[in-house]
Amino acid sequence: MAAIAEFFKIDGDRVAECIHEAHMQLDTARDQTTLDFSSVLRISPKDLRAMEELVERADNQSVKVVLCGVNVDIYKVLKLVKLTARFSFASNGASSIEAHQEESGHAEATE
Amino acid sequence: MVTIEVVPQQVRIPLATENLSAERIAYLDGLLQQARNAAAVFTQYTQEDVDRIVKPMVVAGLEQAQYLARLAVEETRLGVMEDKALKNMVATEFVYNYVKDKRTVGAIREFPERGLVEVAEPIGIILSLTPITNPTSTVLFKCIMAIKTRNAAIFSPHPNAWHCCHEAVRIMYETALKHGAPEGVFTCLESHGLQDNAYLMRHKDVALIDATGGPGVVKAAYSSGKPALGVGPGNTPVYLEKTADLNMAVVDIITSKTFDNGTICASEQTLVMDDEIYDLALKKFAELGAHICNEKETKVLERTVIDPETGFMQPIAVGQNATDIARMVGIPVKPNTKLLIAPIQGVGREYPLSAEKLFPVLAVYRAKSVDEALKVCVDVNHAGGIGHTAVVFSRNDEVIRKFADVINAGRIIVNSPGSIGAFGGVYNDMVPTFSFGCGTGGGNSTMDNVNVYHYLNIKRVAQRTQAHMWFRVPNQIYFNMNAVENLRRLESTSTIIITNPAMEHMGHVDIVRRHIPARTLVHVSVIPDAEPEVTVIQQGVEALHFYKADQIIALGGGSVIDAAKIMKLKYESPDADLEELAAPFMDIRKRVVEYPTTKINRARLVAISTTSGTGSEVTPFAVLTDKLAGRKVTLADYSLTPDVAIVDPQFVMSMPKVLTADTGIDCLTHALEAAVSIYASPYTDSNAMQAIRLVFKYLPIAYQHPHDEEARSMMHNAACIAAIAFSNAAVGVNHALAHAFGARFHVAHGRANALMLPHVIAFNASVPTKFMPSPNQRGYIAHKKYATIADLLSLGGSTIDEKVKKLIAATEKLLDQLAIPHSIAELGISREAFGQAMPDLAKIAFDDPSWRANPRMPLVSELVQLFWSAYEGWGGAGTHKHSA
Ligand SMILES: NC(=O)c1ccc[n+]([C@@H]2O[C@H](COP(=O)([O-])OP(=O)(O)OC[C@H]3O[C@@H](n4cnc5c(N)ncnc54)[C@H](O)[C@@H]3O)[C@@H](O)[C@H]2O)c1
Ligand SMILES: [Fe+2]
Repeated sequence: MAAIAEFFKIDGDRVAECIHEAHMQLDTARDQTTLDFSSVLRISPKDLRAMEELVERADNQSVKVVLCGVNVDIYKVLKLVKLTARFSFASNGASSIEAHQEESGHAEATE
Repeated sequence: MVTIEVVPQQVRIPLATENLSAERIAYLDGLLQQARNAAAVFTQYTQEDVDRIVKPMVVAGLEQAQYLARLAVEETRLGVMEDKALKNMVATEFVYNYVKDKRTVGAIREFPERGLVEVAEPIGIILSLTPITNPTSTVLFKCIMAIKTRNAAIFSPHPNAWHCCHEAVRIMYETALKHGAPEGVFTCLESHGLQDNAYLMRHKDVALIDATGGPGVVKAAYSSGKPALGVGPGNTPVYLEKTADLNMAVVDIITSKTFDNGTICASEQTLVMDDEIYDLALKKFAELGAHICNEKETKVLERTVIDPETGFMQPIAVGQNATDIARMVGIPVKPNTKLLIAPIQGVGREYPLSAEKLFPVLAVYRAKSVDEALKVCVDVNHAGGIGHTAVVFSRNDEVIRKFADVINAGRIIVNSPGSIGAFGGVYNDMVPTFSFGCGTGGGNSTMDNVNVYHYLNIKRVAQRTQAHMWFRVPNQIYFNMNAVENLRRLESTSTIIITNPAMEHMGHVDIVRRHIPARTLVHVSVIPDAEPEVTVIQQGVEALHFYKADQIIALGGGSVIDAAKIMKLKYESPDADLEELAAPFMDIRKRVVEYPTTKINRARLVAISTTSGTGSEVTPFAVLTDKLAGRKVTLADYSLTPDVAIVDPQFVMSMPKVLTADTGIDCLTHALEAAVSIYASPYTDSNAMQAIRLVFKYLPIAYQHPHDEEARSMMHNAACIAAIAFSNAAVGVNHALAHAFGARFHVAHGRANALMLPHVIAFNASVPTKFMPSPNQRGYIAHKKYATIADLLSLGGSTIDEKVKKLIAATEKLLDQLAIPHSIAELGISREAFGQAMPDLAKIAFDDPSWRANPRMPLVSELVQLFWSAYEGWGGAGTHKHSA
């Protein structure tokens, strides 16, 4: 069976709804579905529930769910509710932290 | 008579959960799942988000204060509605006032000067058990704390206060949700079941149990194996001392003991009064509405309000008012009686009324003395009230201090009401709370007024800090030929010259005398030609006293100067205990022993060195030999540093060759060790490097041509400059080895150093088995330092490794020029003798503080290896090859 991937961009203002749409379109023909979280700053308990339901169904259908662009705050939420093991994570580009990092000089060593 | 079924604070939580149905477990798991998601989501919130939720919750609590109080009284049949409303307001408004500006999210406190930041980490799910006595106020308080700290809470109220608490949780939850709190952040068990608690307390998702209630609840919380904040019962003693403001005290005690009909566990239980004021105080109590029980009435109370079986208060009386209780037990009292006062003669099971009574019955005790009063208070404190609350009324600070010393209570309330005082924020500046930690004495994990900080894990972010460094040298250093002339400028009435016989014979003492102003009385104290000994010091100190010396001139090598340093110390501070001052230390700035700062005499110490090695004229060290104990002790303190150093080469022209060589290599070792020390700084480096350059250039000349003034002068300066470096950067493993070896085999200090030197350079230049912790250095740099030295000496080499090898070779060449043996073996010490000494040598070298600043931390086995390398020697004399 050919690997066919589905891609969903999650809208930061409608997280649960978008996940729900992805949920609806899960079908056995696909090996993998990718949710792009790069516009999501924060998730709510409702969003969490939607993610739990999605991953539940995906597991049953042997579909791999890949989350990309998840910020570290959301990653920690998923960690706390023990969901990280049930998703795959892909990064997309430099994080905002690195972008803000300033070049800092080094103090002279005691030599 | 009021007859209600109340189980105050004595709820027993069953340990087993087998009676729970599958449905009940599913229900509880659902609650947990909801709370877990809420807690996880909550971690994303900012301080501003949280504060935006807290404020309306507080306002809602204030608006509903009376409603919730009424519900609580109706349901629990305890306490006074008006007082409960007040408690609800304290739980909201006062708590808010305390928390509103507190940071509880992200970086909550910063200490820039210490490089420390405290960062808040929420706890997660808190299982919150609340009591019957302060039901709604405790719920309001805990909800505010949970939101402020981004935690989720599951409430399990006391079964007999379930409805009012459920309602309080509902009000808080709805308000919080409306202002953005995560869904599911608060839940209250939908019906009470003690089995639920047992299940929840052990559930993996519950992170903390916050149990406010009686011993049963608290014990269950702690025995669950979870982190718990369990705060328990009290038994508050009150001492009304004779100097107190009696009118204020009487009103305060009545206010407190009758507040919410005495249900607050911090309220007064036994009042101990001084004999002098006892009768007057009782009269005042009676005037203000208290009933003073006679002996018969007291007996009646003892039998009725306290359970004769257990010695605990009868639930039936808890939270009832005084008239109802009096009616209930058959004591005739005036209408509106506020308080029943029962005189008791002692504390303990034989005196039932000395127990905790959460109702308006107050035991009183007449004490004949302060001592007796304090003892009775201690007895009450230990009769079920350890760690909780105690009250003292007095104007005598000494009495208050003593009370605070002997009473074990988290809250010692002074000149104010116990119950309302303990809440904090009303009568005093303690943190407002509805949970009183009772410390270990009460079986609790905290003694604090439980507050938001107990609802947080506080992470400490510790930046690497640089140790504070220093550079200290004597005030005045005079150098070059005839520097001794500077003595003329030093005012003194009575001067003592400490020196040894050789100096007298060589005429050095006369030279010095000639330069002391004529008006100064001068005495010469000649000490034996040996390293300073305790008896010699004593004689010197006696002479200083005898001549009332105001100036000491030490003329000689390190031995004489060291002796003079210790004499000055003992002369100025006779009580200084040399044994104690010689105690070991790791960092001179953190040393345990302190050198004396008060002085009964003062004398200026002028050090004129006659050897070019130790640099003792500028160092803060003095080495003392204790022949009786058979050991050497090193004193180290900047107060030992001479006031004036005179580095005049005319006094070293007479040094014999061997002394020139040995002391010169001691100087080189000081400079090399200071250069690679973990305490090296640009200040010490500049001195160390210059000294090394001078030694390599001038020591061979001074050795070959003892009369070469320039070479002698430069070597004399080099010794002083190297000493300035090691006074501030310390020495290293070379000295540790040399001290142990020199003392055991009677080898001069400089020579002992010389035998170790090439091996130690190789040792420090290679990759350490163990690094020495040193916050001031970024990375291991000893080998690079050696390479820099090689460059300074223009030794050539292109890599660090090559340069280190060149430095070792140059050092060996210098030792050769000075006719110093290549190995310990060459000294005629047999391999067997050396081997036999080895365990001691290694042990002593390891105990020597000198290596504490060495860049590479030596293992004992490495010290042994170094000793053996030195034994075999270098350059073909032995078999050992050192590698850089
Ligand atoms: N205080 C410190 O900072 C420090 C540092 C290293 C060593 N020490 C201590 O210093 C002592 C060693 O001092 P030292 O090396 O100066 O030797 P020293 O003072 O023991 O003198 C060695 C010998 O040389 C003689 N002598 C001194 N000056 C002379 C001169 N100009 N001409 C001819 N003979 C002279 C002395 O009379 C003595 O016999 C030891 O006790 C050692 O532990 C102290
Ligand atoms: Fe030395």
